Amino acid sequence: MSSTSTTPAVALEATGLGKRYGRKAAPALDDCSFRLPAGRISALVGPNGAGKSTLLALAAGLLHPTAGTLRVLGAAPGELRDRVAYLGQNKPLYPQLTIADTLRMGAELNPSRWDAAYAARIVEEGALHPGQKIRGLSGGQRTRVALALALGKRPALMLLDEPMADLDPLARHDLMGTLMADAAEHGTTVLMSSHIVSELADVCDHLLLLGGGRIRLGGGIDDLLAAHTLVTGRGTAADLAPHTVVESRPAGRGLTALIRREGPVDPAWQTEEPSLEELLLAHLRSPDAPALLTPATTTAPLAVQA
Amino acid sequence: MVEYRIDRRSGVATYVQIVQQTKQALRLGLLEPGDRLPTAREVVEATAINPNTVLKAYRELEREGLVEARRGLGTFVRRTLGAQPADSPLRAELESWARRARAAGLDREDVDALFGSVLDQHFPKPDELFPEGDQ
Repeated sequence: MSSTSTTPAVALEATGLGKRYGRKAAPALDDCSFRLPAGRISALVGPNGAGKSTLLALAAGLLHPTAGTLRVLGAAPGELRDRVAYLGQNKPLYPQLTIADTLRMGAELNPSRWDAAYAARIVEEGALHPGQKIRGLSGGQRTRVALALALGKRPALMLLDEPMADLDPLARHDLMGTLMADAAEHGTTVLMSSHIVSELADVCDHLLLLGGGRIRLGGGIDDLLAAHTLVTGRGTAADLAPHTVVESRPAGRGLTALIRREGPVDPAWQTEEPSLEELLLAHLRSPDAPALLTPATTTAPLAVQA
Repeated sequence: MVEYRIDRRSGVATYVQIVQQTKQALRLGLLEPGDRLPTAREVVEATAINPNTVLKAYRELEREGLVEARRGLGTFVRRTLGAQPADSPLRAELESWARRARAAGLDREDVDALFGSVLDQHFPKPDELFPEGDQ
């Protein structure tokens, strides 16, 4: 995992970020603040309409915020376009171009950083011929070409909006493998939105859960899991004080609850560490649970550490 | 080169699966001292898991003294486990025993239970975690 000296320790930093698509509409993002440390592979999760695509498009410099600021690799969004790759949900490619033409476009648009051999290899691994037209490709093949276009510019930050939604399991596995290999070799920071929690659990080491226009859970996945406990026992939610109860459900004569620990848990409760899926579902079902951001993911009120 | 197989449904943490499969390869003689483990890049390309998961597993193997990381070169096997290659006399004896057990009408579960009980008798595990309510 190498990182060049020009890569800042923070890939993405939002401060009071807001985006509203119209005067009457509820804001997609509202006073959203967080920090994504460089080198992480982060899952952007949230219910439909939570603002995931908006946040990714803001980071890519395709939309402008209506409030607050967003810094991308230490600069304004769009300023370092050659070091940020964005793969939109609909993977816009020119259908009339061949694969070779598409990659040549990548080379022309990214003259300083383009790695032609690498882009060509990603295409070849999918058994695609450079002379094929984009129009004739399947969804998975198009995603592969789009990924080759994105990785060929050797980005420091990859922004992926539902990258694997239309792929069969094999193509998904192969392309995720390609992406992970790139991250292993170059220390690329990845932020990707997805609904498929089981897929994220293997690939990601960092989580940003969006809800109500803000980050509700943010941090390293191991740290977030370790901060929570699943408890089961005979008692009431009130007995669980001083812990924060994220979600509680009846279980026989007692209850089972996901708590955020404040100190040790009373041994009368049976405890288990939650899975990522359990952690996410509990928070999605309880939109009013207080937010939790680990220190590295919180925006510091003062200076940014070098 | 060993290849890791990640079972998503096993409930065993992914990095633990890598540790266990490496140890199994050492026991079977598939890996010997001096052999290089696949790089994190090679593992994640084949398995589509997070690179840090592989590094965590390799750190654990290093902590146990089984492998060592050589800067810029890779991770190499330092010592082996069990030292019983796949074609050892002990394995041959076990195979003939298994054939006799089968001929005697034992099924897989019977053999499992019998083998487990002899194993426990000769290789006690003092720090074994007992299942709940069994203490």
